[in-house]
Amino acid sequence: MSDTQLKGWTDGADAILYQSCAACRHLWYFRRGFCPSCGDASPQTHKASGKGVVYAATILRRAATPEAKAHVPYAILLVDMAEGFRMMAHGDNNLRLGDHVVAEFRPFTSLRTPYFVKT
Amino acid sequence: MSFISGVGLTAFGKHEGRSTLDLMSEAAESALTDAGLKRRDIDGLLTGYSTTMPHLMLATVFAEHFGVQPSYAHAIQVGGATGLAMVMLAHELVEAGVAKTILVVAGENRLTGQARDSAMSTLAQVGHPDYEVPLGPTIPAYYGLLASRYMHDYGLTQKDMAEFAVLMRNHAMLHPGAQFRDPITVADVMASREISSPLKLLDCCPVSDGGAAFIISREPTGDHHVRIMGCGQAHLHQHVTAARSLSDVGAAVALSRAQAKAGVDPRSIKYAGIYDSFTITLAILIEELGLAKRGEAAARVRNGDFGIGGALPINTHGGLLSYGHCGCGGAMAHLVETQLQMTGRAGPRQVRDASLALLHGDGGVMSSHVSMFLERVR
Repeated sequence: MSDTQLKGWTDGADAILYQSCAACRHLWYFRRGFCPSCGDASPQTHKASGKGVVYAATILRRAATPEAKAHVPYAILLVDMAEGFRMMAHGDNNLRLGDHVVAEFRPFTSLRTPYFVKT
Repeated sequence: MSFISGVGLTAFGKHEGRSTLDLMSEAAESALTDAGLKRRDIDGLLTGYSTTMPHLMLATVFAEHFGVQPSYAHAIQVGGATGLAMVMLAHELVEAGVAKTILVVAGENRLTGQARDSAMSTLAQVGHPDYEVPLGPTIPAYYGLLASRYMHDYGLTQKDMAEFAVLMRNHAMLHPGAQFRDPITVADVMASREISSPLKLLDCCPVSDGGAAFIISREPTGDHHVRIMGCGQAHLHQHVTAARSLSDVGAAVALSRAQAKAGVDPRSIKYAGIYDSFTITLAILIEELGLAKRGEAAARVRNGDFGIGGALPINTHGGLLSYGHCGCGGAMAHLVETQLQMTGRAGPRQVRDASLALLHGDGGVMSSHVSMFLERVR
């Protein structure tokens, strides 16, 4: 599945996207119009399965912004996704490093953000 | 060749009513006096940035305000690594013959010049604007992520991290300019409120007002003969999400580049000034720089190795954790203290031998790294 018109959670859709390069096989998360490894100008955009493993986790007791205060305490995770990229997301407060998780989408401030739960 | 011929450092903490330019000027005046120079001797100027006084041309603004008309001047921005990056640049400029005597200065009323929420959200902007910041992370959260992984990989514990906070406080208690001088114990750190797990309040450096400055010159201008031997940088990522490893973040790469320039063995250093925005920052950097084996830095602290009387004293002024953190000037205090130690002027904190020193700074979330070797020349 590859489509430059795909929308992800940063565009308001309930999806996690990543990109890959057909020329050098590099794979990455932050969307760009080129491959940051070889410079190829036609990266492919894919929708991820939502499955991954918790790489790092922290629970915030103090919010970053006034809008986020209602969510305290909330977890910020780094998740290694099955497809081979790493992303930041929310998730259950009891998740531990190494847990196998899957993404849902939940409201956070005025957005809907990826939220991981144990599989 | 270049020398750190003068240093200036304000007290850190609350400087109610004083501006960025006030704090920069105070530090610059001290550095000039320390070097035995006049304003007209300065032909180069490097400044950092100030979150309370954002400006397109801070160096020129400061030059006019302070009263210097350098032949080379600009500001640079590398987050917490800015101070050492400025000194590295001054060193390279002096070696290249672009300038003879460079004033390096930074300062900011980061504590009293803005609301705390404003400071927190400004700093969190080092995160990715689309993929990280909308999730509501804070700077402690980024470092909480690092800490969680480092604990998992190397067996570091919260009590281990607390040792670094206590070490920095023990040092700060001997410095009249430090923001925090009350004694603390590992139990106090453990009992302090959680900010972003596993980090607690006393694992985090404070926000401070303050300023720091150096004179970097081609020849020593007075009695302080501290030579910059060589410097190196590494920039492997900006955002923590994009970091390939959370334990090999670029510090060792910067160190090896500095080592190649300086031609010294890092194992022979006698003193170290290491960036310590959080206890976990200090733990990771000490181990990635090879000053302790992986997972063993805390045991070395317990053994007294990094204390004033130890084998390798680190941050004897109290570091960012207890001397304080005013932005670009924060990590410059580490170099001021190093120069004072190397010239035998550290008073009650004076170590036995600081003849060869390593400085290391990082900016962002372990994103930008600068390493630097210094030696005392007779």
